[in-house]
Amino acid sequence: MKQIQIVLEGAGSLVQLLIRSLSYVGTLPRQWARFIEQCYMIGYTTLPIVAVLSFFIGTVLALEAGYSMEGFGAKQFIGSLVGLAMARELGPMMTSVLLAGRVGSAITAELASMKVYQEIDALTTMNIPAAKILVLPRLAAVLVMMPVLIVISNIVGWFGGAVVARYVTSIGISSESYFAVLRQYTGFKDVMNGATKAEVFGFVVVLVCCNIGLNTRGGPREIGASVTRAVVTSLIMILVLDYFVTKLLE
Amino acid sequence: MTQASCSKTRNPFTGAEADAVRVKVDGLSKSFGELNVLKSVSFDVNPGEIFVIMGPSGSGKSVLLRHIAGLEIPTAGSVTVEGLDPSLESTRDRVRLALVFQDGALFNSLSVYDNLALYPREHRAGDEHAISDKVMHALTILSLEKSAGQFPSELSGGMKKRVAIARALVMEPQLLLYDEPTSELDPVMGATISEIIATLKQEYSVTSIVVTHDRELALTISSRVGILMAGRLMSLGLPEDLRKSRDPRIIDFLNPKIDIEHPRFKELETQDNP
Repeated sequence: MKQIQIVLEGAGSLVQLLIRSLSYVGTLPRQWARFIEQCYMIGYTTLPIVAVLSFFIGTVLALEAGYSMEGFGAKQFIGSLVGLAMARELGPMMTSVLLAGRVGSAITAELASMKVYQEIDALTTMNIPAAKILVLPRLAAVLVMMPVLIVISNIVGWFGGAVVARYVTSIGISSESYFAVLRQYTGFKDVMNGATKAEVFGFVVVLVCCNIGLNTRGGPREIGASVTRAVVTSLIMILVLDYFVTKLLE
Repeated sequence: MTQASCSKTRNPFTGAEADAVRVKVDGLSKSFGELNVLKSVSFDVNPGEIFVIMGPSGSGKSVLLRHIAGLEIPTAGSVTVEGLDPSLESTRDRVRLALVFQDGALFNSLSVYDNLALYPREHRAGDEHAISDKVMHALTILSLEKSAGQFPSELSGGMKKRVAIARALVMEPQLLLYDEPTSELDPVMGATISEIIATLKQEYSVTSIVVTHDRELALTISSRVGILMAGRLMSLGLPEDLRKSRDPRIIDFLNPKIDIEHPRFKELETQDNP
């Protein structure tokens, strides 16, 4: 019973934070510097790890598909499998998981630290809402940066698959035929569906991490506990939302 | 120092006068779970006075101050600033209220200058040139003009407290709250902070509430002093009245004597484990 109450309270405070943050949307043009800073934090600093991970996801997909599909004599379709899997599922999912671990944890640690060391209280007495200057720029930045990350993730993943398809001797498909099949079976709609998923996941990850950070109580030890809770909650939310968003986009 | 008769605050930057504010604490009680931190505390703070709340550690002083700042919701009773609930955003729009936190609560990611400039920038109090003038003026009042470019992590404890006071000053407050402004400071720096509080009151007639267990600060600069013990207001009066008090608990609190033969911690053990 207490667990249900905790979940409901968490959901309630999440919705409250969302409404409060959105009520300050009009102030975004004046928060240009904060928005750019958050774009840098969310986009630029996450990009290298997203690229590396996506490359190897693409390679593993091609490798596994190559071994399996060879038995059916269908290895020339590896491009379609890598293309669709990256665009529709693995790109958005893995990028969001990385976002939760890399950016979400940093957001929670920063806001929890500000809460514990009374910086949030100082903002309150100054009548400067935390939702306005700490949450809104992050939400706006993640909405702008997630599609960029997803496009890069897809391209790098597809390229990783092409490298394996071309250079692993047991597969040995030319890059031209790999990309021809990929283009044939992976459409603009698939990429857009993936980007939409990533937008939803990224937005929820940032909102959850901000909310848990701002609701941290206690001393420095609680900062670590909040970071763990934020990452775990984000991962669960990504997986649960993945089903519903996929269903909606069908 | 006598109780202030002036009921107008003077803006430290423009010289404009505004009404100093009155604070009313009425039957305030606060519990955290089973723990009753404040027990029906009542007092008024008159416009323009320095009201000092003293008491031993854990007596609920900071919790009381957080209620006045609107950062806590009372379990029972009420706190009003000019008749308004300080926890509401609308009250903070109408009454400029600043709190100097015990540890400064400076924004670590911002320089000293940006810490001070945050409030006027967010509330669009003039263009960047006017804000710069205001910030540098506040830093000059606190002799901090050379530290404008430094970050909080590069400052000493005393400097952090002065920056926190300067940041509060930039808000042009009508009510200035101080939480242990002289704690963790050497005696000279403690006296300096006390002088700053008294000067701000004399120059600008800001209503000030100071939470402290610094006896010198309380008896030297306060208009009135309240003694809080175990969540109850034990005494309320002028500093002279406090000096003449015959209450053994107050005498012991103000003039603690080190008694090796009968150490206090033995009594504390008995109180904690009856």
